[in-house]
Amino acid sequence: MVLKVFFPSCCSSADSGILIGRWISEQNSAVILAVVHFPFIPVQVKQYLGEVQRVTEVSVSVLGSWSNSKQEKEERLSKFLEDLGTIFCHEPWIQISKEGDSKFWSCSTLQKHSKNPQEEEIILVYYDQRKVMLSHLHPPLDTAGQGAEDASKLSAIFDTVARSQVLFMTDRYDEGPIKLTHWQSDGVEASIIVELLKQASVPACMLLTFLLSLLSGICRSRVLKFWPLSFLWSKLSTCEQLGHRLQHLQVISSNRKAQNQNQLMRKANIFVSLLIDVALGILLMSWLYRKNRIGHLADTLIPVADHVAEELQDLLQWLMGAPAGLKMNRALDQVLGRFFLYHIHLWISYIHLLSPFIEMILWYVGLSACLGLTVALCILSDIIALLTFHIYCFYVYGARLYCLKIYGLSSLWRLFRGKKWNVLRQRVDSCSYDLDQLFIGTLLFTILLFLLPTTALYYLVFTLLRLLVVIVQGLIHLLVDLIDSLPLYSLILRLCRSYRLAAGVKFRVLEQQDGKPLRLLMQINPLSYGGVVQTYRLPTYSCYPRDSWASLCKKLFLGELIYPWKHKGDKQN
Amino acid sequence: MAEERRFRSVSGVPIALRRRQHSASCRELAVRGPRLQLRSLSAATSAVWLAAYGLFAISENSMVLSAAIFITLIGLIIYLHFVKIDQESLLVIGSLGIQVTSSYASGKESTTFIEMGQVKDVVINEAIHMQKVIYYLCILLRDPEDPQGVSEVVPLFQSSKPRLDCLIEVYKSCQEILEQRKTAPQSS
Repeated sequence: MVLKVFFPSCCSSADSGILIGRWISEQNSAVILAVVHFPFIPVQVKQYLGEVQRVTEVSVSVLGSWSNSKQEKEERLSKFLEDLGTIFCHEPWIQISKEGDSKFWSCSTLQKHSKNPQEEEIILVYYDQRKVMLSHLHPPLDTAGQGAEDASKLSAIFDTVARSQVLFMTDRYDEGPIKLTHWQSDGVEASIIVELLKQASVPACMLLTFLLSLLSGICRSRVLKFWPLSFLWSKLSTCEQLGHRLQHLQVISSNRKAQNQNQLMRKANIFVSLLIDVALGILLMSWLYRKNRIGHLADTLIPVADHVAEELQDLLQWLMGAPAGLKMNRALDQVLGRFFLYHIHLWISYIHLLSPFIEMILWYVGLSACLGLTVALCILSDIIALLTFHIYCFYVYGARLYCLKIYGLSSLWRLFRGKKWNVLRQRVDSCSYDLDQLFIGTLLFTILLFLLPTTALYYLVFTLLRLLVVIVQGLIHLLVDLIDSLPLYSLILRLCRSYRLAAGVKFRVLEQQDGKPLRLLMQINPLSYGGVVQTYRLPTYSCYPRDSWASLCKKLFLGELIYPWKHKGDKQN
Repeated sequence: MAEERRFRSVSGVPIALRRRQHSASCRELAVRGPRLQLRSLSAATSAVWLAAYGLFAISENSMVLSAAIFITLIGLIIYLHFVKIDQESLLVIGSLGIQVTSSYASGKESTTFIEMGQVKDVVINEAIHMQKVIYYLCILLRDPEDPQGVSEVVPLFQSSKPRLDCLIEVYKSCQEILEQRKTAPQSS
């Protein structure tokens, strides 16, 4: 059986001593965590290891001996180290020795109680202790739900090093009975800024929680729940986005410490995302208010609305004539055309009524862009929805008319053939009609049939306009979704400290010498950017298409009203 | 010790197989494809620039020329960094696992390490690729629920596509190491 020894590269130049670490018998591998130097009292070492074991729940024990002789091999030292094997009885007792500055170490094992005393091969794997301790191993995405008994061997090693952090807290300047060498033995490092931020975060979180509880109290008050207002809130996407951000703030400001890696990354991602959002929003706001661009925007809003209305009027005049060479029913055409023209006239008067106030309203609404770029985009989407409200109305009228016509036609077609829809049995049954019923039914059927092209054309034109507006709004919402869900902190971490997010390991074979054990270097293989985005994506109230293409086409054909985007909170109808 | 032998790929391009034995249970097998030729690079660049000059002569817009230079540079960088694979290697370490590395022409290396516990076997399989039937070497991964089943097939040497004689050499080397784990006393 091959014995694998994982040796930290920081201990390569340590003085002679004994090796402590964890022995994983299922994999026949030894993970070495530190070197304990002479002089030491074995009882104290055992006591210290017992304490470490209790705190970290990692079974740390003495695994072997390490001799680093600067001159030739000292015979007395090697005998002494062998005798240590009897004091700290561990099976197998690993002996590693390094001579001078040679890269090639000799490694041997002492097995007293082995059944087959054969020469087993030893593989020496060097690892960077600090990077392995800080790194988080991600299982492959499809096996993320596997049980603990299938936990990969590598995750056992990463786990061991990560949980033994308390072992790395004592450095060589501490006065104590045990002298250790590990990655931090030259002095524990810490950053003043990080410590200050940690101290400052507690009162900041408490203040934020208090403010948020006030805010959510106001939002939930009865005043805002009356029917017209609650309907308005549910239709405006700005309110949804603000509610979403409020939820995010609540997650960040909660006092509970993150339990595991996922929660910590989620909090960090939300924090960075909010920060960038607000920064971009303030940038946008400063650009808008400089040189009074928002005034210019407000000035161009009314002419744009006028222009749209004029274009619609031209379109209706075209429909009322002979559109694309088709011959329409003159009377119905005139009625529908005049009705829609009057509607546009009402809309234009309403816009002109509002025009003196537009600049002021826009100025104050533009201030809310400081809450974030996503809020500004949602406001834009809502303004588009409000400005094109007449197109929405036209679509509804056209669709209802068309829908009525289709249902009437289908029902009268059944009457034409002598059949009837049985509501109780939900099927078509034959039925005997009276003569006058048949006469009127056939007459109505003919009328509806010949009026169909006119209505269908109006319906088609307004549906296309409505779909255009829906597509524009959908694109804006897609952008908002992207900004909401992108895990920026994880991406920056992957860019700057790629060893923290590990997809696996990679081994490099170092120089070999005959007779010496195989030397490998274990490095961390970072997660790909696509994997980072997939693992750490923030959940959103995303809108995705409600219907498949087939059912959408069917609804369009029958004239049912379509609401193409579905939000996660909507009830299924 | 290292030894190198020449073979051919499925499309007739000459490739080289290099075998190194680092220790009794560790072997590295690398298949190296042909390097990027200066000839083909110059031919592609000249074609793009001739087309750009032609467009410039017609439209008298100098943006066409700068766009052509830009496209050539970006295209070359993308090709070297993401498309052209110089060498594919297999490092088999008995009792640790199998590591598959692809080195690109720009120096980028993409590595995957599969632990020995997950490897069921290494086999040569047949596949229909375009209008040919080719052989390829693949690693079969164990299914955690079903001990006899295979959860995934990882194909190797996908860009160099060696022929059967090269694959047999690689297969024999791998099997020698994989057999060691059957003869060694199992401790899991």
